[in-house]
This record gives sequence, structure tokens and C-alpha cells, in this order.
Amino acid sequence: MVIYSESYRVNKGDFSTAGEASAKIKGALKRMGLNPAIIREVAISSYELELNLVIHSEGGELILEVGDGVLSLISSDCGPGIADTSLVMQEGYSTAPESVRAMGFGAGMGLPNVKRHSHSFSLESELGKGTRIVASYNI
Amino acid sequence: MYKHSVRIDKRKCVGCTNCIKCCPTEALRVQQGKAKIMDERCIDCGNCLRVCPHNAMVAMTTPLSALGAFKYNIVIPSTTLYSQFRGLADLEDVYAGLYAMGFDAIYEEAKAAEIIAEAMSKYIHNGDAVYPIISCTCPVIPRMVAALYPNLIDNLSPFIPSNELAARVAKEEFCESVGVPREEVGAYYISPCAAEMTHIKAPMGMDKSDIDGVFAVRDVYALLLPYIGKAMNDPGLPKTIAHRAGAFGLGSAVVGGLSMAVGTEHYLAVDGMDNVMQCLDDIENERMGGLVLVEAMACSGGCVGGPLTFENKFVAKNRNRRLQYSQPRLDLEKDAHVQRYADSPMLRFDRPLEPKSILKLSDDVVAAVRMMDQLETITKSLPGLDCGSCGSPTCRTLAEDIVKGHAVEMDCIFKLRDKVRQMAQEMVDLASAHKRG
Repeated sequence: MVIYSESYRVNKGDFSTAGEASAKIKGALKRMGLNPAIIREVAISSYELELNLVIHSEGGELILEVGDGVLSLISSDCGPGIADTSLVMQEGYSTAPESVRAMGFGAGMGLPNVKRHSHSFSLESELGKGTRIVASYNI
Repeated sequence: MYKHSVRIDKRKCVGCTNCIKCCPTEALRVQQGKAKIMDERCIDCGNCLRVCPHNAMVAMTTPLSALGAFKYNIVIPSTTLYSQFRGLADLEDVYAGLYAMGFDAIYEEAKAAEIIAEAMSKYIHNGDAVYPIISCTCPVIPRMVAALYPNLIDNLSPFIPSNELAARVAKEEFCESVGVPREEVGAYYISPCAAEMTHIKAPMGMDKSDIDGVFAVRDVYALLLPYIGKAMNDPGLPKTIAHRAGAFGLGSAVVGGLSMAVGTEHYLAVDGMDNVMQCLDDIENERMGGLVLVEAMACSGGCVGGPLTFENKFVAKNRNRRLQYSQPRLDLEKDAHVQRYADSPMLRFDRPLEPKSILKLSDDVVAAVRMMDQLETITKSLPGLDCGSCGSPTCRTLAEDIVKGHAVEMDCIFKLRDKVRQMAQEMVDLASAHKRG
């Protein structure tokens, strides 16, 4: 059962506010008094997911859900969708444009990193529709 | 016992919202028209001291009259002290002034900073450190990490602040050379920093500080001024000290100085609470790969920007640079005094630093999650203007205070106004219903 649910709008290409949602999520987790090690993992994942929304998506939402014993980070966007979901899970694979790489992003470590820093991970995507990623944690 | 370094002068406090707005840990509230410090949240950064337009925030320091409680007195001049004096060419002038105040020995904080730098350099090269290492030289930083960044507690440097080391080394050497018991010797730090008072009253990672009193730089300034530019030419005045710091040690008064002395290029020098928090956030999110050392200081500029100083911090920074250039760049690896202590356990905290996690709403996670949910709901019902009129710094903090039971929704003046309006309307409705009846 979800006790706490909060969603944050993340806009395409908006680097000026990128990181705000994950900062708010981290603030909420610290107030919940979760284990610092878990907070660290969630903070890393939420930042990756938020930046992915900014860089790759047409815009979407980052959602934090917390229930008794489980926490989920959900990234949900409205496109463009991922053609080959197995490719994006390979370290080093990236479709980020040069302009974004120049900012230090787009090394192709994002989603593998989220997977590594979560207890369970799922990715569903449909071209032209959108992508939904869920990273969950036992708390 | 009150352990913080700032006291509020209730006669001067007018209950404005300047201080509550600038507190990085949201440790201040205005209640019944006066500011109040929440003990468990304050990390002694000094922001409120600086920002209060009514001088109602009082930095607690040791009165000069306390000198005399011990048979022997050692003074530890902060590295910032030297940068306060216009036209100071020879540090001997300052030493002469300090001896004239009645001190028996002088040990420079700058010298201890060199020992720490050398130890840090070794630690980086052969240590099993958690990187980046966060320096504990500024007493606010470990308090901030413990309070807001419990994740980073193991990143904190194992080395004590340089002024604490100065007191330890100075007492050891004084007792050894004069042959007196340690309890007869007091060590006094001349401080640019308000947090030092907290450091001696409630030190982190040790039972007791070896610093016995903290004098404000600005309280000592006038006493030393007569000696500046004069003592050097007066052969009758004592003005020598056992171990002088070189350029590296003197540089530690400015943020980045320690890193220069340590000799690593992979460092981050950051000053000012907002900037420090931004960097600690990035470190927490693992966005600072390859970084070895973080030299963070609460005050803008570093210790030269401390609230107990006299001189404009930019002027002080410039003077500090000139003093550095006037001193030899001692090779710390060849300095016998530095090497004598660089591997000593005296440099280390006596026990591990512990997280304090002040943000936690409840010790029970499920209860805290529920409270967090209420907090979000209440926040959305508040006007979002962050006006501070309720006494909490932001609407969100008011929501937090409400959830914790420390405030009520009607503390919000906008909520109250709506409520009054609604009640007035109800009365009008009642009155007209009565007339018709």
C-alpha cells in the first residue's frame, strides 16, 4: 500500500531546472528517516532518471512512491520511446547528441547505473508512445 | 547547558525575519515576536550573526578577563589574525603584542595547519580513505555533514581542526620544556570564528577540547595595534617563537590554502554555506568523480571572512597573500617539527564522528512517511509566498512545524485572514437570517 506519492514534472531540454526534482526527493527521504545508504542509492537513481527525462524525452514525470517496506521511483514520459530496450541497458551505449555530451552527460552509463543502484528495475517502452521505468527499493 | 555560539539579545530582537531566512538548517523561528534558536538543529555557521540588522545575535566568546585562570597561558593566534593589521610587515610585531598581553608562549594555528597538511598528503597517498575526503578544519563543516548529509559521514577527514591540534601540540611542548603539569597550562585561541565556542563546549569526536578559551579577533585587535610597525625595532621586547609557520601555513586562512599545502590538484575549494551545500549535494549524488579533497568553509573567503574579524574580508585576503609571499615556502617533508607530529595519533579525532540526521520527522519510518505525506498536503494548501510572517522561514517549513505539532495552520496570516473573512460572512448570514425570522 502506497502511503506517500509525489510527482514532479520534468521538462524536455530544461537544464536550468534539471536536478530540482531529485533534490526535492532527497529532501523528502531524509525527512522520512530512511537508511542513509538507501537514500544515497535513490538519490543517484533519481538524478539519472531526471536527467534522462530532460535529455532524451519529450518531457515527463518523476514520481516517488513510498509504502510500508518498499519505495519506488517511477519515470514516465510521453515519448519518443526506445527502439531497442536491450541496447540502452548496455554500458556505453548512448544516443545523446554532441551538445549534451559536451556538458558531461550522455556517457551511456545512465540506465545501467540506475539498475545497479536499485533493488529491482523494470523498463517498458513503446516507440512513439513513451517509456516507463520503475526502480524499486526495499526499505 | 546551552552549547551553541550564538545567543539572542531579546531586547534588541524585533522579530523580523532576516535570520530565519538565511539559516541553512532552518534552525530559527520567530515565536511571540522574538527569534529563537532550535538547539538540536543549529550548526553554528554564523549566518544569522552576519545578517541581523539589529545586532540582536550575539556571538559568545571568552571575556579577556578570563586570562589568569591558569598558572601558564599559551596563545594560539589564528592565521586570520595577522591579516587584520594595515601595514604589518613583520609577524614579530604581533608576537610582541601577544607577549605583552601576558601570554607565556605562542603557537601559531598556521604551524598546526602545516602538520595537518603534511599528514593529509600522506593519508591521500597511502590511506584507505573514502574519497573525496572532506576537511574538518572549519568546525561548521563536520556539523553540517552530520546534520544534513549523514551519507557523507565517512568522507569526513580523520584529522582534528588545526587550532585544536595547535592547542594539543603547544601544551605538550610547553609542559615538556618548562617541566610543568598539563593542568596548569591554559590555551587560548584568538578566533575569527563564532563556531569555536561550540567546538570547546561540545567538541565533536573527542571528550574535551584542549582549547580553554576563545577570544574574538576584534576584541584583541586594539590591544595589539600599538605594537604593529613598532615592536620589530625595539630590542627590549620579546618577540621570538619556537616554530614559525611558512607560506603554506599562512595560506590556510583563505579557502584553498590547505589544498595548496597538501599538494593535490584534485581538490575542491568551496566557501559560503549555500555553495558548500550545493557541492555536498553533488558529492552525495556521486557527481564529483576523481575528487580527492574537499576544502569547504562556512564563511565566504574562508577564515578571513569570519564574523569575529575586524577587517573587510577582501582586504584581509589581500594582506594574507602578501604575508604568505613574505615567508619561505617551507618544505614540509623536511621540516623537523612538522615531521615530528605528522604521524602522531594526536592529529586524529579520539572517536568516529557520528551522524545526527536532524531532518528526520520521526524515528519510526512508517510514521515519518505518513507525516511527510501530510507535510506535502499542508504545503499545497499554504499560499507559497514564503513571507515568514508565521515565524517559519518558508511555507514548507511551516507545514513541517505543523506536522511536528509545533505550529498550527492559523499561524499563517493568509489562512487566518481567510478564516476571519469566512467567519464574518457567517455572522452576516446569521444576522440576516435572524432579521427575516
